[in-house]
Amino acid sequence: MTTSRKTKRLVIGGIVVIVGTFVYLLYGGLDKNVVYFLTPKELLAKGTRAVDVPVRLGGQIKPGTVKWNDATLDLTFTITDGTSDIAVRSRGAPPQMFRDGMGVVVEGRYLNDGVFKCTNLMVKHSNEYRPPKAGESPKEMYKTLMKGAGS
Amino acid sequence: MNGLVGRAALLVSLPFIVLGIITIPVALRRGRRDWIPIAYGAVLANFLLVTAAALAMVVALVTHDFSVSYVAQVGSRETPLFYTIISLWGALEGSILFWGWVLSLYAVAVVWFNRERPGDLVPYSAMVLLAVSLFFAILLVGPANPFHVVFPVPPNGPGPNPLLQNHILMGIHPPLLYLGYVGMSVPFAFAVGAVLSGEAESNDWIRLTRNWTVASWGFLSAAIIAGMWWSYDVLGWGGYWAWDPVENASFLPWLTATAFLHSAMVQERRSMLRVWNLNLVVGTFALTILGTFLTRSGIISSVHAFTTGTIGYYFLTFIGLVLLTALAMVAGNSDRLSTRGRLDSAASRETIFLLNNLFLTAFMLTVLVGTLFPLVAEAIRGVKVSVGGPFFNRMSLPLIAALLFLMGVGPALPWKVASRADLREKLLPPISGAVVLLGIAILMGIRNPYGLLVFTFVGYSAAANLREYWIGVRARHVAQGEAWPTALVKLVGSNRRRYGGYIAHFGVFFVALGITASSSLRSEREATLKPGETVSVYGRTVRLKSMWGREEKQRSVVGATMELIENGNVRATLEPRMNFYPTSQEPVPTPDVHSGVFGDLYLSLVAFRPDGSTATIKAIYEPLLPWIWFGGGVVVFGAIVSGWPARRRRTAVPAIVASANPARDAA
Repeated sequence: MTTSRKTKRLVIGGIVVIVGTFVYLLYGGLDKNVVYFLTPKELLAKGTRAVDVPVRLGGQIKPGTVKWNDATLDLTFTITDGTSDIAVRSRGAPPQMFRDGMGVVVEGRYLNDGVFKCTNLMVKHSNEYRPPKAGESPKEMYKTLMKGAGS
Repeated sequence: MNGLVGRAALLVSLPFIVLGIITIPVALRRGRRDWIPIAYGAVLANFLLVTAAALAMVVALVTHDFSVSYVAQVGSRETPLFYTIISLWGALEGSILFWGWVLSLYAVAVVWFNRERPGDLVPYSAMVLLAVSLFFAILLVGPANPFHVVFPVPPNGPGPNPLLQNHILMGIHPPLLYLGYVGMSVPFAFAVGAVLSGEAESNDWIRLTRNWTVASWGFLSAAIIAGMWWSYDVLGWGGYWAWDPVENASFLPWLTATAFLHSAMVQERRSMLRVWNLNLVVGTFALTILGTFLTRSGIISSVHAFTTGTIGYYFLTFIGLVLLTALAMVAGNSDRLSTRGRLDSAASRETIFLLNNLFLTAFMLTVLVGTLFPLVAEAIRGVKVSVGGPFFNRMSLPLIAALLFLMGVGPALPWKVASRADLREKLLPPISGAVVLLGIAILMGIRNPYGLLVFTFVGYSAAANLREYWIGVRARHVAQGEAWPTALVKLVGSNRRRYGGYIAHFGVFFVALGITASSSLRSEREATLKPGETVSVYGRTVRLKSMWGREEKQRSVVGATMELIENGNVRATLEPRMNFYPTSQEPVPTPDVHSGVFGDLYLSLVAFRPDGSTATIKAIYEPLLPWIWFGGGVVVFGAIVSGWPARRRRTAVPAIVASANPARDAA
């Protein structure tokens, strides 16, 4: 009986220690890894507290700011929420339908030099039906492509 | 016409369900068992009516009957037949209908397979399944009615969400997921039935519940792997798991169901963990409903989350009811369900199962907290946050490593108490496996601590599980002179549950190695190529041969023909593509994969000049990645071996006798 009670106490003690450690880790893990979703205005208002921490920045692409070099794969554009602008630097090709004025969410860090370094680029899209505008129907894309290929 | 049939069938199913729910308790309380067939008739009627409604929907989809609201929402004349049929589960209302149908099928199966089982457990379980059916029937005639009349009838519809009509796995992943998810309502029904019928004191209901849980667990495992595969083959980023809320939703009940499959053994063998098992079963079911709520209420945005109005409140109410039921069950029975057995020693299989349950539950809580935190933060503090992959990885990696280690220790240890000699004899030899796999990991170039740890523990546990097979087979070979293959088959047949479980372990080991190697050693290059130019990744060279475009009925396709070059020869041709659907602003990427035993070469077309002069290609090499899919198959095979129903024995001991003799359980 005594050995079994001792075992039981040992097991319960072990469980308490494990659960305690786990709760501590959970709390610490959440604290450090929560990524805030901000607009350019909110990000700039945070000042230095927003520098070099992971952030999701959302807004529209400012018309005329998209530059992509398909040889070096450098992509730059500006995100705006109407009042504030933030320049974004990214690597890799933009999504195929990356157009002025469309909504995007970029994940990354706002650096000291005033540029947002993006590690993950997400285009906001809706599932709702929307008839294609002139020039973006698949048929036209396909025609342009075939014309250029010249075959 | 189709709309009328569907609406009528769903409406008529309601009174049948209510009839069944009322008849069962009345019949059992008054001792009128001759009324039970009436309730079972209601179960069958509900199945037939929901089947009629689902068939009416399929007919409406196939015949492009746009007067039915759901067809007008997801149908189109251009969509190929296969994707037209599977769009049955492509949007909210249809998926709820499909859910209701699977549930009604399970209810019929439960009643049919247990028709000869004496006692009140099965009737009460049928009542619970009808009660869950009632919830879905209310959704189907209320906020998720797919059969609204559309007038004037539109000439055509938009077709399914492009992401859902781009890959054949969309015909496989959702049905598997529903079979797994909805299947978890059966253990829940048994648990409630066991408490109501007073059988919760015996351990027999656990045996029954375990068999049905293995089946649902097998479906759910297959569904999770198929979902990962779909994500890998369609989304074009070369990954398969992103801790997306929807992925988490499918993973949460899998964790608790896995915990239950192990702790059920402790209850059967040692009569411990009775209340805990009840909690796991109810928790698993509640998590499936929570998952459906997360994915179907539009509260989070993702491919699976369809925008809707009030349906979220229905789900929250239902989750509340389920949890209240659980609370009442446990509170009302805790004295009767207190532990009869006791832990004899810390060095025993029970202890390992206890730890296994602790870690799996901690894992589940981690994922749950990470998934719900953004919702809570937004509701309470009004800030929009997301919990990123680093949180989940940091929290789950130690747990995963520990679980992998326990998967080797558990099978090696005996029940009750292990002697020092046992420990030495059982736990030391598998270390050789650990050393071998650690060596392989280092040779492969893995340097991160967790990667090395996973390989080491997998080596240890795989050796330990193999050794269990080896000991059993050798004993049969020596004692009964059976040939090696016969001995293996007979060994597995002698205790399919145990050896099937080890097979599932091996599957998990393959998955663990695949995930570890592919994420640790992933090598990625992105380059813009002109025809004839090449790019190399991880020693593999691919050349852009040409760009092309093609018009299909429901979409337009732009593709790049790429050649994999080896020693100057073309070894394989890959065609990463982009599919343009008229309803989507964004094209759907369609990467192409060249799979080998030791890894995947993954090519994705990310951009192109409209004139076809260049293509920007993302080339990724991921070592051992196909092992994930293979391991998933092994897990499912293990579940089949373990859970395939045994032939009925004519002289089976009636359950009621077993439960009347608790001394036997406690022995």
